[in-house]
Amino acid sequence: MKYNLASLFAGLIFGLGLIISGMANPEKVLGFLDIAGLWDPSLALVMAGAIIVGVVAFAVARRRTLSFLGFSMKIPTSTHIDKRLIIGGLSFGVGWGIAGFCPGPGLVALGAGEIKAAVFVVAMVAGMAVFELIERQRVKT
Amino acid sequence: MIDVAWSDFTPWTALAGGLLIGLAAALFLLLNGRIAGISGILGGLLSPSRGDIVWRLAFMAGLIGAPLAWLMVADLPPIEINAGYPSLVIAGLLVGVGTRYGSGCTSGHGVCGLSRLSLRSLVATLSFMAAGFITVYIIRHLLGA
Repeated sequence: MKYNLASLFAGLIFGLGLIISGMANPEKVLGFLDIAGLWDPSLALVMAGAIIVGVVAFAVARRRTLSFLGFSMKIPTSTHIDKRLIIGGLSFGVGWGIAGFCPGPGLVALGAGEIKAAVFVVAMVAGMAVFELIERQRVKT
Repeated sequence: MIDVAWSDFTPWTALAGGLLIGLAAALFLLLNGRIAGISGILGGLLSPSRGDIVWRLAFMAGLIGAPLAWLMVADLPPIEINAGYPSLVIAGLLVGVGTRYGSGCTSGHGVCGLSRLSLRSLVATLSFMAAGFITVYIIRHLLGA
């Protein structure tokens, strides 16, 4: 119960952060990605703000074996840099550049009732499902 | 050289929103011990296991419900989506497959990964940033859309 409430709360704060920052607006994200046009550096400051807080949080988390609610810490341990990581990142980046949506802002814009965001999210979930199917085939063989 | 769109640049709200996003990631990490990676939280719902579903749905409910919470206090800032439907479908598919294949998106690799100084996440972030810059360059300046 505590776990689910903390998840709900974290999701809500995350979403509010995306709205305040302007990142729920794809046109603003594209303004950052368009360095050859009139460049809007806002996204860089969003990242900077988030990372300033994140660095402190991870420094605290690293010294703990259990979370403050007593759950096990699930921090990624992989340091492997491979083709999957880079090809996945590149494909994601192309999609991001086409519409100006990454997953979080897509979901927030869906919550704001934007039909176009709903179309994006449905396609994104379909893409994730395609990945699951490919992975299951791969595991079988 | 780079022309900055000073009239579009919103440093204070960008920084404030960023701090809130960082706070959300910090809370999730310190309370639940998990990385706030949106694509991973959503994608995990597609291969569900017992006890691993409700918290994911709760996070999604918070994220999708954020605009509704916002509307109780103020009007939402504009959301301008200029991409057409075919582009949105292609973009969604690429974002869906790409984030799962590369194990993360702007939140998991960008915010959380860089915060914990992960080289792997830095490489992922540089990959999607580079692809994003190049894609927008091609669409806006070579194809002139």
